[in-house]
This record gives sequence, C-alpha cells and structure tokens, in this order.
Amino acid sequence: MIAWLRNPWARPRALVVVTGAYILWSLLPVALAVMFAFNAGRSRTTWQGFSFRWFTSQVGVFHDPALQSALKHTLLLGVICVAVATPLGVTLALGLQRWRGRGAGTVNTMMLLPLVTPEIVMGVALLLLFLKVFPGLGLGTVPQAIGQVTFTLSYVVVIVRGRLVSIGKEYEEAAADLGAPPHDQILRVVLPLLAPAIVASAAVVFALSIDDFVVTQYLSGAPSTTTVPMLLYASARGAPTPALNAIATVTLVITLATLSLAFLVYRRFAGGGDAAVVAAMEM
Amino acid sequence: MQSRWTWRLLASPGVLWLSVFFLVAFYAVVAVAFGNQDTFSAPVPFWKPWDWNVGYMLAVLRDLWSGGQYLTVFVRTFVFVAVSLALSLLIGYPVAYYAARHVHGRWRGIVLVSLILPFWINYLMRMLAWINLLSPDGWATKVLHWVGIDHVFIWLGLLANEGGWLDGQPSTVILALVYGYVPFLILPLYASLDRIDQRQIEAARDLGAGPFSAFRRVTLPLSVPGILAGSVLVALPMFGDYYTPDLVSASPKTNIIGNQIDELTRQGSEKVTGASLTLVLSAAMLVLMVYYLRTTRAAGAEATAEA
Repeated sequence: MIAWLRNPWARPRALVVVTGAYILWSLLPVALAVMFAFNAGRSRTTWQGFSFRWFTSQVGVFHDPALQSALKHTLLLGVICVAVATPLGVTLALGLQRWRGRGAGTVNTMMLLPLVTPEIVMGVALLLLFLKVFPGLGLGTVPQAIGQVTFTLSYVVVIVRGRLVSIGKEYEEAAADLGAPPHDQILRVVLPLLAPAIVASAAVVFALSIDDFVVTQYLSGAPSTTTVPMLLYASARGAPTPALNAIATVTLVITLATLSLAFLVYRRFAGGGDAAVVAAMEM
Repeated sequence: MQSRWTWRLLASPGVLWLSVFFLVAFYAVVAVAFGNQDTFSAPVPFWKPWDWNVGYMLAVLRDLWSGGQYLTVFVRTFVFVAVSLALSLLIGYPVAYYAARHVHGRWRGIVLVSLILPFWINYLMRMLAWINLLSPDGWATKVLHWVGIDHVFIWLGLLANEGGWLDGQPSTVILALVYGYVPFLILPLYASLDRIDQRQIEAARDLGAGPFSAFRRVTLPLSVPGILAGSVLVALPMFGDYYTPDLVSASPKTNIIGNQIDELTRQGSEKVTGASLTLVLSAAMLVLMVYYLRTTRAAGAEATAEA
C-alpha cells in the first residue's frame, strides 16, 4: 500500500489479489462440477476416482432415455430459434437502421423492451397468451420456440446494428451511384458485409436458447419438452447421480464451442475486433 | 435514393412478431388480471377495458396495504436485492477497476475472458455447482468449517446449524444471488471505467491530487453512470428470480416475489391473482426499465453520431 502511494502507476497489489480471488471464486466451483461429471462413484460430493461411466454407461448422458430426450430437445429448440430469430432480427435491424421519422422510436423501444423485462414477466405473459389467445397450439415445442425467439430477437438486432454502424453508408451509396437497385444494394453489398455479424448473432442466439430456463419452463408441456436447464432445476436438489453434472458439462462444451467458433469467424472476416459487436456479444 | 417504405417493409416481420408475442402477450396479463375465473378456477380474461373486473387486483393491493403476506414477500424481495446488489458492487467494482485500468498486454485478454466466461456458463449449472459444494458433506462445507466461517455465521445468526447451508438460510440465498449476478454487473462497470480518459486522471495528479483523492474526485464520479446502468441491469433479473431461492433454500421463509408469482401462475391454479401480482411487479420495475432504456438510447445515438 505504501509502495503504491509512492508510485501510483505501479501495480496495485491489493487489486491483483481481489481480482485473482474473484476469478478463482467465480470459476472454481464450475470446474469442480465438471470434474465430478467424471467421478467413478455415485456421489456428487466425494471423489471416488476417474471414469467416463456417467457419459457412456446405460445410465449415462448418451444412453439414458430421459437425459437423451432433454439434450435432443434443447438442441432442437436451439436450431429452430436460430433459424427464425436470425433472419427476423437481421431484417428488423436493417429496417430500423434506415427508418427515419414516425414510428421508428416506438419500434426501437419495443425492440429493446424484452432485454430489460424480468424473464418471469415474459414467462407469465407468454403462458397466458398461449392458454387464452392460441389455445389450439397447446404448450410444448412450438410455444417454447416462439418464446425463445421473442427474447433472442433483440440480441440479433443489437449485434447487427453495431456492425451496420461501423460499416457506414458509403458502400451502399457507392452501389446506388453505380446504378444498383435497392434490393441489389441490400443483397449484394450490405448482406456480405454483415455476414460476420450474422454468424456472431446466430451463435449468440443458439447459446441463449440452450441456456434459457424461465420462458422455456413456463411454456413446456409434455415431459418430452423438458430441456437440460429444466432438468438441472428439477433434480439439482434431489439425489441424482453425477450424470446430472455430465449433461451440464455436455451443454457447456456445446455453448462454449459455438461461441468460440463464431468469435474466430468474426475476427477473421470482420477485419479486426469490432468493439460494438464484441461488446454486444459479451452482453 | 430509396423509398422510405423499403425500410419499413423490411422491419415489418420483426415488428409484427414483437407486437403479437410481446405486446399482445403483455396485454393478456392485463386482461387476465382484470378478468375473472370460472368454477374450475381457470382464468377468464376480459379483453375490453370497459368490462374489467378490478376485484382480484384490489384484493392484492389491499393485502399489500394492510401488511399481508404479499407485503412480507415484497419487502423481503427488496431487502434481498438491495443487500445482494451492495455486495455485488463491493466485489465487482474493484475487479472491473483493475481489469479496465491496470491490466495490459497478454494478461488483459486472459482476465477479460475469465470475466466473460461465467456469462456463458448456464446459470443453473453454476447453482448446481454450489449445491454440490454446500451439501452437508460437500467440499465448501468442509472448508468453511475448517476455517471456522460456519461458526462465525452461526454466532451472527446467519446460519441455523453446522452444515445446514442449504436448509432455507436467507444468507445462502443472498450469497447465491451475488454469485449468480456479479458477472453481469462487472461488464458494464468495466465498459464505463475503460472509457474514462486517462488524461483526466493524470491532470488531477499533476494538479496535486493524491491517488485516493484523484480516485474519489475524478474516477469515481465519472464511473457513476456505469454503476447505475450495471445496478439496474442486475436488479431487474434479480427481482424476477425464483429459481435461485428454490434451488439453494427451497423454504417458504426465503420466498421472494418471483416465487410467489411462480406458485400462483405456473404451478398453481390462481392465475388471476398471479397475473395481478405480475402487473404490480411490472409497475414497480417500470422506473428501472425506463431509466435503462433512456441511457442505452443515449449511448446508441452517440455511437450513431460518431460513425
């Protein structure tokens, strides 16, 4: 401390310790949970040696029917959500970026609202919507996918707009000067420039979908529409085996692999880090 | 020059989607809250405002006014969120400050990735990790006992008995909320501290301010917008949480407003009362939401102007 007072530009030791301790505290418990996925015994608290049994045995992630079904349903919702939310968000971002005048502010606010609405409010709202306005659909896969698209859409818009701002209007104007009609300006000039941001937002949507709990739980129906986070919620306090840690580990690996891949693609093709988009991805 | 309608047309699918699945959905909460229920206690929404039945909403408000169960739960929610937020700032600010102002070179990337990583680890998996560690024979329980922290907690009245971390302790719920939401606070704090112009701090130092007074009079005030934005960003999901108390406590003694709404709507058959409580919660959150939207819109306009 005294050394720091004498030379304020030196490394403040106390802050190093606090930051180091924080990182350890935030990541070590999860690392231990991953480690217990490879426990040879049935305990999630006592280490009994290393084994792959909670992945490969009959009661492991890759064979147990309930775990299998949860994993498949989680990935299915992720794929649907990416397929719907990405195009919807990209067109909304393009439209909002150039839409001047009446209505633009309102739509912009409506687009940002899902980002700040407590998820339980969205869960209750969508549940009542599907019970009372679209009762024919029932609860399950379709409502779950719709609910996830509704809150992931805004992330796509934020990421794509970040990129649109950094591209600027020059390319489009050049294309217009060279006689390209509007649809060609979008399809042949803007979209290719947006490609890295589209990949990034698709990855973020996939990760958000896989990790989502509240909306997915509120809109779930039959047991076959249980996802991995729902399974974790339902059995974390029971007396399950490390298979629970194993299935959490599998989803964690899928999420991190998707995001890392998208990040590399983005860095490779967007010409260096693009602060706005990277910040949005971190959001 | 393109027709103004091109852009509106392009935006229309997204606008339509949000109108139906966000706005109409929210109106469904209003219609149910001001509706009635049939003999099987299923909700019957009243869509037209002139048909509204205010009975259920009045019952909720009367309970809040007269200090009934909902008031107890609301007060508990505010206390849990306030304490968790204060602890989160205490932990998060120094970490964000260090990451933004003192880490350089290769370490910066490593520190940033470590700070972002919890973001993309499933919240429920992070809770599962602690449930395993804090169970009676868990490693954290053993370490806390060995260091003597459990006795300090028992002495302070924050823990009922040794190894009972998961038996409905408010202190455990608060620590779990802090663990769960701190990462979401650190990033906005980091962003605002990173944006501060180093020259302003150097100027304060050159003018004779000591390091502490430079921090107190320059860095801290300049980071206030980040502190507020980050606090709102984590307070909103905390107010809507129900799974954290469910997982680390599972006792009605630690129920917060999210648990109450969840019990009435998703699990239970009192959806009309649940919808009324959801509206009360939304109204209470409105100030926070409007504040956050205003600041992000200002930041967005700035970014557009710079580009």
